[in-house]
Amino acid sequence: MSKRVVNILVPLISILLGLIIGAIVMAVSGFNPINGYVALWNGIFMDTYTMGETIRQITPYVFSGLAVAFAFRTGLFNIGVEGQLIMGWLAAAWVGQAFELPAVVHVPLALIAAAAAGALWAFIPGLLKAKLQVHEVIVTIMMNYTALHVANALIGVISGGQERTDSIHESASLRSPFLESITDYSRMHWGFVIALIAVMIMWFILQKTTLGYELKAVGFNKNASEYAGMNVNKNIILAMLISGAFAGLGGAMEALGTFENMSKLHAATGIGFDGIAVALLGANQPFGVLLGAILFGALKYGGLNMPSEAGVPTEIVSIVIALIIFFVASGYIIRVALERFGKKRKEEK
Amino acid sequence: MKKRKFGLALASIFAAGSILAACGGGEEKEETTTGSGNGSTEETSDFSVAMVTDTGGVDDKSFNQSTWEGIVEFGEANGLEKGNGGYDYLQSAAESDYVTNLNSLIRRDFDLVFAVGFALHNAVAEVADQQKDAKIAIIDEVVADKENVASIMFKANEASYLAGVAAALETKSNKIGFIGGMTGEIIGGFQAGFEAGVASVNPDIVVDVEYAESFTDAAKGQQIAKRMYDSGVDIIFHAAGGVGNGLFTEAKERKQKDPNANVWAIGVDRDQYDEGQVDAETNIVLTSVLKRVDVAAQEVAKLALEGNFPGGETITYGLADGGVDLADSRGAITEETIAKVEEAKQQIIDGEVTVPEQPEK
Repeated sequence: MSKRVVNILVPLISILLGLIIGAIVMAVSGFNPINGYVALWNGIFMDTYTMGETIRQITPYVFSGLAVAFAFRTGLFNIGVEGQLIMGWLAAAWVGQAFELPAVVHVPLALIAAAAAGALWAFIPGLLKAKLQVHEVIVTIMMNYTALHVANALIGVISGGQERTDSIHESASLRSPFLESITDYSRMHWGFVIALIAVMIMWFILQKTTLGYELKAVGFNKNASEYAGMNVNKNIILAMLISGAFAGLGGAMEALGTFENMSKLHAATGIGFDGIAVALLGANQPFGVLLGAILFGALKYGGLNMPSEAGVPTEIVSIVIALIIFFVASGYIIRVALERFGKKRKEEK
Repeated sequence: MKKRKFGLALASIFAAGSILAACGGGEEKEETTTGSGNGSTEETSDFSVAMVTDTGGVDDKSFNQSTWEGIVEFGEANGLEKGNGGYDYLQSAAESDYVTNLNSLIRRDFDLVFAVGFALHNAVAEVADQQKDAKIAIIDEVVADKENVASIMFKANEASYLAGVAAALETKSNKIGFIGGMTGEIIGGFQAGFEAGVASVNPDIVVDVEYAESFTDAAKGQQIAKRMYDSGVDIIFHAAGGVGNGLFTEAKERKQKDPNANVWAIGVDRDQYDEGQVDAETNIVLTSVLKRVDVAAQEVAKLALEGNFPGGETITYGLADGGVDLADSRGAITEETIAKVEEAKQQIIDGEVTVPEQPEK
């Protein structure tokens, strides 16, 4: 079997396997799997509204995926994307409602504020890791909780004791009448363009700059990098800053696009944690992350339609979606199986 | 290498598409006949009603569940069936799902859609502007100035006052606890009423107030309950949704270890007696502060059915109209206390007692 055929077959088979096992789960629980998958498909592609909403759902996943992937490339596990995203959300929502500026200034300012807030939240674990060798996993996990509660407290302060901040001014909004008109009033916004730019930026930093080379080198082998004369500590902090900035921008998508404000959160949003899965699906490559986010976001959004149209309960939907993602992520197993199969056939001939 | 990976991943997306499309082929026709035509305004002969939960889910043993019970009762009374054209619900897994779920029900042509909980405020406001023909009723929050939105509110402070009276008369340690969900006006109403009720009986009783800053974190609720019981509190009232499950767990564990332990919990929103069952004989739920969301949901549904949907209005349910109340204590509260509670209830209804709406700062 040629390499090319294998490369096309592997993802095909993994998705098919995920769908089959998901169908079995649905059938065993007493639901019609065909209706379930039709509902999933319709939930994503039924009309321009669902497609617009799907893109809206995908957008923050791109950022959280990039944030996790970027830190991974430098050998850091940034589990704190969730907290950095929340801080970015808050910063963007605040800039959006506190100032009155022309849109050309307002949107970039809100985005920069969000990136800075996310970067700040990632700077602390980066600094602790670089200077005191405190493991970043512990610090970033803890800082998710601080972010959640700090943000909730600040929302109270900003809004004068309300449950949510005021809506942002229109000049800071990423939504547009044009996108609303072509997608039948979905909440799709221009953030997807920013997400695509972010993918390009990550690719550029990693592949075309000295900084990216150094970051990757630190990720491969810290000691060798130090021996080669690189400043490891500086690179660790920088990697966390950039990763946090991506996460903060993900929060800005929620603030300037999806919600146009920020409500007190009862619990973590989950976007940051899902970003870990998105990054792994995309093998920590910028374009891989984009595809991972598309798969993840589309399944997540399309899944919402399954209880509505096919009567499959939310819990079963989560299992089915998790199975599909599981099989896509475990493509390696299928690759090995295919190669074994191919070899045997050759020997028989 | 990179190119190949890209191609591989791209192929996977297309693959997913084609497989799903293949599955979809046979069903298409049925889909269009049962179809949910976008924004069609044609009159259906039957009335249909649906609800969108907040992130607590439909079986939260609280608000969402009571609304759903009300809708089911309404549906059965009017001969409706679950599903399109009858009654149904959609659960929200995340805050970004609210708008989607509201829209999805409206597109399925439900005549009335309930939005449960203040968290849906913005989503309701947004959808109401886009879907002018839809009728939405939001529970426990006011969405002002929208002709197609009815707001349903409860004077929770009045029923909490009664719970305060009952707790103050029943406590042996003269220490009472209050666990709040998230700080704000809504839970503030519970706290204010409860504290005022306690103070009306005995101003010396200490009410230990702590907020979990969550409506879902049961572990946090158990932690707070543990601290309160350890400090000598014997009755805890929670107004904290799912957080309260932690309170019940803690109280039940204490009762199991020591059957003589004097620990009680007061439930919220619906009769939470079942949550407090330790064994066949023992139960740690003193009573529950009821917001009769089910009653309100049925009444608003009935109004809409009769063509009198109270769009643009705020309807407030209090003690006087049975919209809030205390649950049956099933013997946990003495007859004397019940008499006192009834007395206080009458005073509130007659306007002799005014219950504060927010706690003193």
